[in-house]
Amino acid sequence: MDLLKKFFKDNASSKEVAVERLRLVLVHDRADISPGLLELLKEEMIQVITKYMDIDQEAMDVTLNSTDHSAALIASIPVKRIKRQSVTAS
Amino acid sequence: MAGTVVVVTSGKGGVGKTTTCANIGTGLAIRGRRVLLIDADIGLRNLDVVMGLENRIVFDLVNVAEKTCRVKQALIKDKRFETLYLLPAAQTREKDAISQERMIEICAELKQEFDYIFIDCPAGIEQGFKNAVAGADQAILVTTPDLSAVRDADRIVGLLQARESRIDPRLVVNRVRPAMVRKGEMMAVEDVNDILAVDLLGIVPDDETIITSTNKGEPAVMDTYSRAGEAYRNIVARFEGESVPFMSLDYDLGLFGKIKKMIAK
Repeated sequence: MDLLKKFFKDNASSKEVAVERLRLVLVHDRADISPGLLELLKEEMIQVITKYMDIDQEAMDVTLNSTDHSAALIASIPVKRIKRQSVTAS
Repeated sequence: MAGTVVVVTSGKGGVGKTTTCANIGTGLAIRGRRVLLIDADIGLRNLDVVMGLENRIVFDLVNVAEKTCRVKQALIKDKRFETLYLLPAAQTREKDAISQERMIEICAELKQEFDYIFIDCPAGIEQGFKNAVAGADQAILVTTPDLSAVRDADRIVGLLQARESRIDPRLVVNRVRPAMVRKGEMMAVEDVNDILAVDLLGIVPDDETIITSTNKGEPAVMDTYSRAGEAYRNIVARFEGESVPFMSLDYDLGLFGKIKKMIAK
């Protein structure tokens, strides 16, 4: 019976999905930064950072985070290798 | 002593602003307070029908704003409660027929005569919203537990808090369906309240008696047997500073269901 329940039930209840989606959309609404703008920012960050180091672009994550009415930009950028030469080269 | 002007607002339409306005206002009048309800939804007036006063309208808010009648001429006395009045919206005009300055003046004048003035705000955040909010001292924010209503409510919180004289609205979560909340298929009041981060004034369960009471033009707050009516009576008491516990949303569970829930905890 429990197995059946598990089988038919999604991993997250629709309420959890709603809360999660709402939190995300409000972070963008409150900061007045659209997801598209964040994507542009991410692209430019990649261009700058790759001058200095090899990064894992697939695993890179740039998100806005908010507490009440202030926002913070959180970037997680896995570094594969530091390019020692490039700093002096440019 | 001058009264308090309270705007009832939501951003999104259809979440129950007019019903909330009618019920809280009527609830306060039952307690003997001098209450005026102003319908600021110019062009789409409805507070008159919810209150059952649609047949008595002669003048309206736009007439008052344009000074084609005296303020007192436009006030409609409620047929049930001595201290309750309605100032209806104009039906064939547009939101720009009044200005923020005139709303502030009208509110200031009427404050002298009433303990509470409730303004039923139109949906949206444009001119109509700005007019409705202009003369307000306090705000009641109405939302339902769904994404679009809460998102719009969040915009309203931002706009009210950014005002020159900041207003921190108090929240009414409307149309909560307890069975869905228990199943995890509807956001709970705590979820909504956490996200909006404002004071919670009340919870109103989704209740068929709201439809029947609107059919009759008699606010549910007058109905002793109505679940929503009870919720509104609690809101009225809290509004007046009394500490009333929030209504249990397990009323639809039988004894067996309640025991089951206790065991599950």
